[in-house]
Amino acid sequence: MVDRTGTPLVEMRDVSVSFGGVKAVDHVSVDLYPGEVVGLLGHNGAGKSTLIKCLSGAYSMDAGEILIDGKTVDIQNPRDARKHNIETIYQTLALADNLDAASNLFLGRELVTGAGFVDDARMEAETRKIMGRLNPNFKKFADPVKALSGGQRQSVAIARAVYFNARILIMDEPTAALGPQETKMVAELIQQLKDQGIGIFLIEHDVHSVMDLCDRASVMKNGALVGTVNVGDVTDEDILSMIILGKKPETAAA
Amino acid sequence: MAEASETGTSKGRQNIFKTLEFDTRLLGMIGAFILVCIVFNVLTDGRFLTPRNIFNLTIQTVSVAIMATGMVFVIVTRHIDLSVGALLATCSAVMAMTQTQILPALGLDYGSTLIAPMAILVGILTGGLIGAFHGWLVGYLTIPAFIVTLGGFLVWRNVAWYLTNGQTIGPLDPNFQMLGGIGGTMGETASWIFGLLAVAAACYAIWQARRARIAHEFSVKPLWAEGLLMAIAGVLILGFVATLNAYEVPDRVLAREFEARGEVMPDGFTQGYGLPFSVLLLIAVAVVMTLVARRTRLGRYIFATGGNPDAAELSGINTRFLTVKVFAIMGVLCALAALVASARLSFHSNDIGTLDELRVIAAAVIGGTALAGGIGTIYGAILGALIMQSLQSGMAMVGVDAPFQNIVVGSVLVLAVLIDILYRKRTGDA
Repeated sequence: MVDRTGTPLVEMRDVSVSFGGVKAVDHVSVDLYPGEVVGLLGHNGAGKSTLIKCLSGAYSMDAGEILIDGKTVDIQNPRDARKHNIETIYQTLALADNLDAASNLFLGRELVTGAGFVDDARMEAETRKIMGRLNPNFKKFADPVKALSGGQRQSVAIARAVYFNARILIMDEPTAALGPQETKMVAELIQQLKDQGIGIFLIEHDVHSVMDLCDRASVMKNGALVGTVNVGDVTDEDILSMIILGKKPETAAA
Repeated sequence: MAEASETGTSKGRQNIFKTLEFDTRLLGMIGAFILVCIVFNVLTDGRFLTPRNIFNLTIQTVSVAIMATGMVFVIVTRHIDLSVGALLATCSAVMAMTQTQILPALGLDYGSTLIAPMAILVGILTGGLIGAFHGWLVGYLTIPAFIVTLGGFLVWRNVAWYLTNGQTIGPLDPNFQMLGGIGGTMGETASWIFGLLAVAAACYAIWQARRARIAHEFSVKPLWAEGLLMAIAGVLILGFVATLNAYEVPDRVLAREFEARGEVMPDGFTQGYGLPFSVLLLIAVAVVMTLVARRTRLGRYIFATGGNPDAAELSGINTRFLTVKVFAIMGVLCALAALVASARLSFHSNDIGTLDELRVIAAAVIGGTALAGGIGTIYGAILGALIMQSLQSGMAMVGVDAPFQNIVVGSVLVLAVLIDILYRKRTGDA
């Protein structure tokens, strides 16, 4: 069981985002503790991706605040997010297709030699090391990542987060494009990361994945938070009715 | 390369090119270039592949080739620059006015050694600032590069006109003219020394790359392959130097030089031109741009942004500022090209650089730069420029009518892109 007595790792308080006149996120608060996986659920357009992009720095919020370790932080762009050890694995797998795995893993944070040139050999060596841990079958180090399968690409994206000591990990439907075996691999990986004390926000469509992987689930509908529940205290029926009807079950509290 | 993944299954049939890890696309381009040379050599009864013509071909290519290296970065980041010819004209006009009117007015007399460096500096600043301005319009104000540089095409062509009142400005400073080509060459001895240094540098680079791979326990090519690569590099470099050295300064020019020094030319005295300084400049640009592309963060970000702009942005790359940098580099290279082009003419003319934008884009594209972004090489663009120039001057030598020359060059551009598309489809290298 996750210890939720201390200060939360992340707290997003009263966040609002509008696009034009549309309120994509409407006064939503969520939090995340170390070693915890919090699922974010909702229909397409419920606002879960928009909310989480405020944390990853892809969008800036109109109102509200973000606290990390209890301190207010200002996240304007992805660079700020990285400074706070927030790593994001996007649904669209933000990889540059024309570059190889090592270049992608270190993109934006290249290892350089004394003369300031990028050190490709060292980056490839580091990539081999971490991939050996995460996905020992991975062999295509010299190819551009467009030559890789969905699972291999996902493992590059995850390796990137792990290598740079993420404390807060955002995963946007990490298993959406994967086969059963690769999905299992990602699930094991999430467990591994949890054990290291990393907090994970998991954006998911599939209620069963949430039941399997998450400690808590926050459900959104039409930009507003329906509620946050302990996954252990509810059934998948309860979560489904939260998603569809926007009703929080009477019994559950979190 | 997609085919690299198949090597495991057909190890026995690995051919020599794979062992050498040659880029097949590069081989194709070199093949096309050799074909062009041989065909024209036959058609001109051997006049095409003479030291004299190779020398001329080389110095005619420099200006477009310098700009083509910058166009690679622009196109790789999914932009385009239609204004390079016009920007060249503005830079050329600024440099010409600086050395013939502004600096003399400030008290620097004609012939002062300070004139050329100061004029070049002013030109580079002008090019860099205008390029950065283009980049700002594209990156921060999000105006499409096509529109910004189409506007720039008209603006800078006519800024050049306005600055010079449409007049031809010259003669340019003698030192400035040294960078034009035949007006400034290294001579035979210095060229040989340069060639040997270049061979040494190439061998060192190959050796260093091998050592880095061994240090990290990656697989390396067999030793003979590395040796063969070094040998090829050596033959190419020294062959090029030998060819340029074989082009001899005409007797009457030499006799005049001796006369000017109050001496008499000894009988049978000959002297080769050797490497022109303008070619040296192109080599320097090519080396620096290749290093930037392959060995710096800037280059890595340029290619990442071209491959997936969103991924680059999400990886923390400031893609807007990157756009400014890319266009600023393009502007600086336009200034260098303007330097070479006007020095070659020995004056600034109002129509300098006309249609260069098309030649530059064509050189980059023929050289394998993908308009979809993310793919392109510096050496490819230079080779592309060389192929274009060979076609153009070869046809002129054969006596093809001017309209047909352009018809052929235009068709070749389209054909080259078609071949590229077919090639990518076959290799799955979308």
